Amino acid sequence: MKLKEIAAALAGTPAVEGQEAEITRFYAGDFLSRVMGRAPEGCGWLTVMNNVNVAGVAVLAGIRAIILCEGIQPVRELSERCRQEGIGLITTPLDVYAASVGLYRAGGEA
Amino acid sequence: MIHLRYEVDGSDFVSCGKASEDVKRTLKNIGIPSEIIRKIAIAMYEGEVNMVIHANGGLAEVEILPDRITIVLTDTGKGIPDIPKAMEEGFSTATEAIRELGFGAGMGLPNMKNYSDDLKVESRVGEGTKVTMSFIL
Ligand SMILES: Nc1ncnc2c1ncn2[C@@H]1O[C@H](COP(=O)(O)OP(=O)(O)O)[C@@H](O)[C@H]1O
Ligand SMILES: [Mg+2]
Repeated sequence: MKLKEIAAALAGTPAVEGQEAEITRFYAGDFLSRVMGRAPEGCGWLTVMNNVNVAGVAVLAGIRAIILCEGIQPVRELSERCRQEGIGLITTPLDVYAASVGLYRAGGEA
Repeated sequence: MIHLRYEVDGSDFVSCGKASEDVKRTLKNIGIPSEIIRKIAIAMYEGEVNMVIHANGGLAEVEILPDRITIVLTDTGKGIPDIPKAMEEGFSTATEAIRELGFGAGMGLPNMKNYSDDLKVESRVGEGTKVTMSFIL
């Protein structure tokens, strides 16, 4: 799925475009070490964590897009960092569970 | 051989990881395969974060040889009283404030062990901690 398709599946808004890339796998979680231990490379990451370290972790772990759930608006440092690093950032009003269901229905791998 | 050295600032845990990000860039520039870079970047970030959140900062040194990369993280923090306990998945002494930033899952040392080819943790309570990680290229 492209970033725009992900946003559409989640009634979300792409806050930062990121690089044009195909994302088929996803990971959900908030503890940064768990994400780095488990998230597959090139995935989209569903979280409610909202600080600049989220972008840092995405860079280091090769995560392509951050999906910030529950209507949380990214702090400026986070969106700026995503922009600099070419990481996509989507905001969605859905919670992590509903967003996961939405992505699954739209063709994401379980 | 390339030798990199970073002073890790212990006062800024809102945006830590600068050393690991710089190492990642350097490894990319010299053509290290991306799967290996990912392992090194994650393991080093965990170690760098630990120095910031548990030890008030420290020193990160990276040695790049043709066949291996070694990372040495040294701090003069409070030390680790029980290293096997600290290595357990989920064990953490991080404060609530740190956990709210997403750190403190108690998975840092386990990740460092999983992503490196060799991990050595040496520590003395009240004196500091030295973490050595090696990666075979
Ligand atoms: N450099 C360090 N100095 C002092 N204590 C440390 C250091 N690194 C790790 N520790 C101790 O080991 C525990 C486990 O570390 P880790 O697995 O990275 O989990 P976390 O950082 O999430 O707590 C920490 O909570 C802390 O008590
Ligand atoms: Mg840690």
